[in-house]
Amino acid sequence: MVTTIALIDYGAGNVRSASRALARSAELIELDAKILMTADPEDILGADRIVLPGVGHYADCMAGLQSRPGVIDALTEAVRHNGRPFLGICVGMQLLASLGLEDGETDGLGWIPGVVDRLEPWDSELAIPHMGWNEIFPRSHAVLADLGDNPHVYFTHSYAMSCEDENHIAATFDYGGSFVAAVMRDNMFGTQFHPEKSQKTGQKILSNFLKWNP
Amino acid sequence: MLKTRIIPCLDVKDGRTVKGVNFVDLRDAGDPVALAKAYDEQGADELCFLDITASHEGRASMLDVIERTADQCFMPVTVGGGVRSPDDMVTLLAAGADKCAINTAAVTDPDLVRACARKVGSQAVVIAIDARREGDGWGVYTHGGRKSSGRNAVEFAKLVAELGAGEILLTSMDRDGTKSGFDIALTKAITDAVSIPVIASGGAGGVDDFAPAILEGGANAVLAASIFHFGEATIAQARSALNDAGAPVRPLP
Repeated sequence: MVTTIALIDYGAGNVRSASRALARSAELIELDAKILMTADPEDILGADRIVLPGVGHYADCMAGLQSRPGVIDALTEAVRHNGRPFLGICVGMQLLASLGLEDGETDGLGWIPGVVDRLEPWDSELAIPHMGWNEIFPRSHAVLADLGDNPHVYFTHSYAMSCEDENHIAATFDYGGSFVAAVMRDNMFGTQFHPEKSQKTGQKILSNFLKWNP
Repeated sequence: MLKTRIIPCLDVKDGRTVKGVNFVDLRDAGDPVALAKAYDEQGADELCFLDITASHEGRASMLDVIERTADQCFMPVTVGGGVRSPDDMVTLLAAGADKCAINTAAVTDPDLVRACARKVGSQAVVIAIDARREGDGWGVYTHGGRKSSGRNAVEFAKLVAELGAGEILLTSMDRDGTKSGFDIALTKAITDAVSIPVIASGGAGGVDDFAPAILEGGANAVLAASIFHFGEATIAQARSALNDAGAPVRPLP
């Protein structure tokens, strides 16, 4: 049985990196995976799993998604109605929020109530962007299972999501305060960090996602 | 908290590493992809490729190097050298780079920093500042450190940070190649002036040189080339030295 993964290609960067990392993660668990880099609603509706990457500006990413005809409708159908396992990465995760505040207000998909606002550590000495390897503190979730002690992953961002419902926080990181590192809700999962750039820990997270049956 | 990053840097010309590289158990030390993979396995936190090619053909082979690296190494990669426009950045990022470093072009036209940040996001825009002591301060140099730009390094760092740079790769041209340690005063002057992350570079002669750049200089990352390539130090030794000195690195899984 081939598992089809729709990796949404909407002009918001690093689709190839995500594709390679997913392919490697599938190999690690001996999963026969077919990865489609696509913005075709048919592909999205037919996929077993969906990954939404994203780097850059919130508003640009949202506009990119909106400019691909039928993509948001297909994502809504597949993820919200058909319950397909979904992974959002970085801005792809942030788009799940209701609102983004990067350079003005932009409505997000609103699937996980929350706001994406500038990361403001209490210690003004801390550099922004939050860039590099930081430890995450996961809650119990299949996608973050078995990461070993003190898992570290690669972050690069200046904005962070806050969740209206604490139960949607899957992991946090510390950077002059506690911030959201990952979100979860039903069949949706999102990471602020880049699993596709987080070496072995990232591979494990992607493998977990590919095995996850919400 | 964020951990100190150790970044090996490879100079690449026409798709091959240029500085002599003396690496244990490597069949082809001239292949940047093989080196990248070795550093990945050693636990490097990031990689930096500096493309010193002049020709178009060489540029194409750099893209091939980036693609092949990204196929095998699932870690952040910065590429510098010859980046002159937002479209150059888009091309490099599409090939698999995560960040692009601009040097000369940003000095000539600082507005380019804004245009690049707008196009690809600040997180992908690294400004490489080659600084050399000039009187009481430091000046910005271009063309591989040969040409003075007339700009003050601290002022220039502030400017590019305001324009949307996501990170500064700071190289001391006075120390580069001397193996006498990083220029801590320069590093501190820049990290005090900006709130974006700074990578210290130039002068690493041994693993004990790294911690002062972080603890005294305030840098977020250290970059070195020859001490790693010639096998004088391993990434593991650099990691232990930083940890022991009180600049924590990430534990490897």
